Amino acid sequence: MTDAAQNATRTRAEDSPLPEPTLLARTLRTLSGNRTGVIGFVLVALIVASAVLAPWITPYDPAAIMTGPRMSPPTAEHWLGTDNIGRDIFSRVIAGGRIAMLVAAAALGAALSAGLALGLIAGLGPRWLDNIMLLVFDALRSFPVIVFGLAVVTIIGPSLFTVILVVAITSIPIYARIVRTQTMALRNAEFILAERAMGAGMARILLVHVLPNVLGPLLILASMDVPLVIATEAGLSFLGMGVRPPTPSWGVILNDGYNFIRNSPWPVIGGSVPIILVTLGFTFMGEALRDIFDPKLRKTG
Amino acid sequence: MLYYAGQRLVLSVVIVMVAVSILTLMMHVVPGDPAVMILGPRATPELIEQTRVAMGLDKPLPIQLLTFFGNILRGDLGQDVFTGRPVSRIVFEQLPYTLILISVSILWSAALGILLGAYSALRRNTWLDTLTGILSVGTISIPAFVMALYAVLIFAVWLGWLPAIGAGRGFWDGISHLILPAFAIGVAWVGYVARIVRASMLEVMGEPHVRMARAFGLPERRITRSHILKIAVQPAVTLLGTGVAHLFSAAVFVEVIFARPGIGALIVSAVNERNYPIVLGAVLVTTGIIVLATLISDLVVAWLDPRQREGM
Repeated sequence: MTDAAQNATRTRAEDSPLPEPTLLARTLRTLSGNRTGVIGFVLVALIVASAVLAPWITPYDPAAIMTGPRMSPPTAEHWLGTDNIGRDIFSRVIAGGRIAMLVAAAALGAALSAGLALGLIAGLGPRWLDNIMLLVFDALRSFPVIVFGLAVVTIIGPSLFTVILVVAITSIPIYARIVRTQTMALRNAEFILAERAMGAGMARILLVHVLPNVLGPLLILASMDVPLVIATEAGLSFLGMGVRPPTPSWGVILNDGYNFIRNSPWPVIGGSVPIILVTLGFTFMGEALRDIFDPKLRKTG
Repeated sequence: MLYYAGQRLVLSVVIVMVAVSILTLMMHVVPGDPAVMILGPRATPELIEQTRVAMGLDKPLPIQLLTFFGNILRGDLGQDVFTGRPVSRIVFEQLPYTLILISVSILWSAALGILLGAYSALRRNTWLDTLTGILSVGTISIPAFVMALYAVLIFAVWLGWLPAIGAGRGFWDGISHLILPAFAIGVAWVGYVARIVRASMLEVMGEPHVRMARAFGLPERRITRSHILKIAVQPAVTLLGTGVAHLFSAAVFVEVIFARPGIGALIVSAVNERNYPIVLGAVLVTTGIIVLATLISDLVVAWLDPRQREGM
């Protein structure tokens, strides 16, 4: 990359003459020049808030079959209309967001911790173990996520847990690989050698030196993976292989919408717009986080 | 080059074998007898025993895996649980539909994506560049199955321009049935490819060899085509190679939504009837194709840029 191109991609924070601006200052500075970043943070805040507060802000019971109009367009009572059996789509969308966030948090949490552990083992362990693990990672990554998910559903049946398991297993290799590369690079770094010479144990080196160095990129990556997780959950639920009705999930709403697509477009619109907003929100937020915490990472995007 | 290709081929075969072993192992780790799972809870003990022997489940696991791989080498993927037809025949009957769908999707989207990416890199900060940027982010944010639903809603239900069900009969009918599915799968890839080509074009454009070519007075068109684009498409080729897995995932939804035949639709119906041999066979074939595609894209990159061959 030439100097000109490098200058173009350099963040404001990096250009500042001040040595080591505080995290808050860096955050504000990066965000002030980054409209999409602000949009991302706002969208994510709204989505997370609505997921947490879902039981209190849904105007109706999302599973209640009402005697009112069926497949009605949006009205003052039903903001996104009603579905084929008269349920309030807006309430179902909000409740579906709670499920989506739950899956994302559980699956990414599991994948992050397992990926971290396996990556450290691969990076610090003996060579043969590393090779075997790489092979298994490559094999897991060669499955299409949905096809692998369907195979797992055949084995253990469809449920919320199955979705979480599928997403976790298919994401572990990605995180583990990054941790492994970082660990290997750090293993021979001079400050680690110095630490070892001073008699530091493995545990101290891992906790104090390796972990902080790998955690940042990992969390940024996880934030950008949220949309993928949510699309997988919605997709499997759409096929009837994920979250089971009557639990409202965006995928279940979309499936109802698909079955009655010739009667009303509103379930499809209601089920899909939040997926698109979540994707935009977490992608923008991830990009902004990357700029704030690690300008060097910008190139890999 | 040949040595490199051979090395990569062996590794690919090993990866597919490991992938299939993982699935088979999962089936054994899960509590419960696979034979009972397939036959349902009301099967008689004799029937269960019979199925166990027929599926080779009575033998130890390593023997089972070896027999399974041996059978695969002979082209035998097992039998359909219900009809007894060979799985390989069922899978290969459906495979062409999916391959055509995927190839058409990727061809149109890669062509348009490279074109848009290259143009917006050459004409930075024009309206086309801005439009490409907005379109990329917008289309990437919409999963293929949502795109497919909107395609049905807009072009089939509201406008009534194109058919939304089945694969059609005959050539022209087949093409009119292919347009919406291929659009739904491909649209996000236009964005991906355009973004990555634009970024790598900008990077390559500043490299010394391009300045050199310009200093020699080569025509600008020729510099763009053979000195910039040839290097700049490499990340896109890698992306497309690894993206085949995503294409298969997208094909599952698109085949279900458009009620098209294909390997995705086959897997979904097999999962619904818990027809495990078909699921396993279909997963094996798709995984094989994906690993092959990754291999091909690596070889294409190595062919485009000899530097990549070293250090691998």
